[in-house]
Amino acid sequence: MSASLRRGINAFKEVIDAPIASFFSSCVHCGLCAEACLFYTETGDPKYTPIHKLEPLRRVWEQEYTVTGKLKRLLGLSRAVSDEELAEWGPLVYDSCTLCGRCAMVCPVGNDLTTMIRKMREGMSAAGHAPEGLVTATARAIQTGSPAGVKWVTLQAQIRHMQAEFDIEVPVNREGADYLVLMSSWEILNYPEYLGAVGRIFKQAGATWTLADDAYEATNSGIQIGASDLARELVGRIVTAAERLKVKCVVSPECGHAYTAIRWEGPNLMGRPFTFEVKHILEVLDELRRDGRLKLRGTLDVPLTYHDPCQLSRRGGVVEQPRTLLHELAPNFKEMSDAGTMNWCCGGGGGVSANERAHELQLTAFLRKKAQIEELGVKTVVTACANCRVVMEEALEHYHMDVEMLGLTELVAEHLAEDGQS
Amino acid sequence: MTPLQLLTWARGTGLGWALALCAAGIVLRLAEMLSLGRAADLAPPRARSPGSGWRTVFSRSLPPPGMFRREPVSYIAGYLFHLGLLFILFLSAAHIELFHALWGLAWPALPSPLVDAMALVAIVSLLVLLVQRLTHPVKRFLSGFQDYLTWAVTLLPLLTGYLATHHLLLDYPLMLALHILSVELLLVLLPFTKLFHSVSVFFSRWYNGDAFARKGVAS
Repeated sequence: MSASLRRGINAFKEVIDAPIASFFSSCVHCGLCAEACLFYTETGDPKYTPIHKLEPLRRVWEQEYTVTGKLKRLLGLSRAVSDEELAEWGPLVYDSCTLCGRCAMVCPVGNDLTTMIRKMREGMSAAGHAPEGLVTATARAIQTGSPAGVKWVTLQAQIRHMQAEFDIEVPVNREGADYLVLMSSWEILNYPEYLGAVGRIFKQAGATWTLADDAYEATNSGIQIGASDLARELVGRIVTAAERLKVKCVVSPECGHAYTAIRWEGPNLMGRPFTFEVKHILEVLDELRRDGRLKLRGTLDVPLTYHDPCQLSRRGGVVEQPRTLLHELAPNFKEMSDAGTMNWCCGGGGGVSANERAHELQLTAFLRKKAQIEELGVKTVVTACANCRVVMEEALEHYHMDVEMLGLTELVAEHLAEDGQS
Repeated sequence: MTPLQLLTWARGTGLGWALALCAAGIVLRLAEMLSLGRAADLAPPRARSPGSGWRTVFSRSLPPPGMFRREPVSYIAGYLFHLGLLFILFLSAAHIELFHALWGLAWPALPSPLVDAMALVAIVSLLVLLVQRLTHPVKRFLSGFQDYLTWAVTLLPLLTGYLATHHLLLDYPLMLALHILSVELLLVLLPFTKLFHSVSVFFSRWYNGDAFARKGVAS
């Protein structure tokens, strides 16, 4: 056994806990998880059945943690997991799973297959079978602070630009602020208006906020690739900055997995609860609205819909907040089929969009979202995840669809009531 | 060994062993599973949600939105088989008599024509599920020896029970003996095959419901 394979198997052994054992014990091979997975529904290929993607992990569980599995191994009835097998499973575990969590909602025996795949990736990456795109992105994130290699000077340029354009102050390293605002590389590069939007909203609300020059990146490739040590390093930078600046709340940007990384995995990666709260920007907006600190004016009257980012709705519980805001801002807001916690993924979450090998498959998976949008007939789709937005903008272009993508925070900022108006 | 001797063994020694092995197997499998533990979740939950795990234990019995339409056969045959099996197991007069003899507890039985009908429905459902397993691309792809073995081991008690009740095919004592033996085979295999889902499903659904509810999602 090669050293890397041994590392991988050890990582598999480490991630298997009582829930994982109960999930493998309960599977009856009914195959219903396939019907919930857009990689199966859009290709019809049974190899994309979620539980099948976990087969090497299942065998490690059976052989290491069950008496019958040990017996089967002794009698030559089951093989050890090999390097070739893991190489074969790489595309199943990384290219054809966006960690969207839909299968975990439908499995009749309650298997949380998404958590299982997230954990399986720990062993896959330890064994050296993570896709190159994700390996590179993770290395860049560790070295430069951003998976896209975006440096602080780039953000500084955007800050100057936004301050000039919107007449706002973008505080940096301000101690004792209410909110520490994070960005995703996608926003810094493609949608810097997000920063301007946050600035205008907080200005109206009279909230104090800040950026940190050593912790502005919210995305976490360590989570996507399945390397908890690296994920911890990336989350740790944010925790250090938040504690140094003594902020009350860290605000995850419009990015689904960044929210999962900081809000749900963060304290577990660090091994301790945080001294500050973590909220997604939509949660913050909704709270400000409820407190009467967010005053909106005017509406966007075109028919539009909302695409639920999986990590936000199904895996994060942020379901009502965007709808409350949209009902106020968009009189012609219509729900997509399967909206909310049963939404369909854009096809590019969970590291898939950073994995070039998966590009074609990702476009095929998008056919589901394409059908949903066409069924509704709208030309405007609002979302709250920059990765969903980039993935969908590319796919809409690819399929020659005349549909515009909007970020919800920007939409809110464009409808702020001026002083004295409402 | 005469059919009567076989029946006597199956009812006495055989049943005792089968129940003991089944119980020991379940204890072993649960110990294997639970001893792996679960780390405490340090992320503060969105809302306190006591009982969420139990809610999912029940709610997962219903098809989630959109799923019934995609896979009607799995759901219909799945329901009919499971319900038929449970009703026959606990509400047929012969079984209640057995439970009474074993544990001293008795309750009213369903009328025998109804039990008969349920047995047939359960048997037909199992046949439908087998055909589906052999023809559906996903199910065929996932299936291995154990899936067919457990299918057969589940069918046998239903089939022999029906035949014995109606004195069909073989003499009653022999068919009854085969029925009891087939149940014993099922009991012995239950902890060590996917039939263990009958126990572990309470745990897997609970873990799922608990984890989702911490994030504020009813699963």
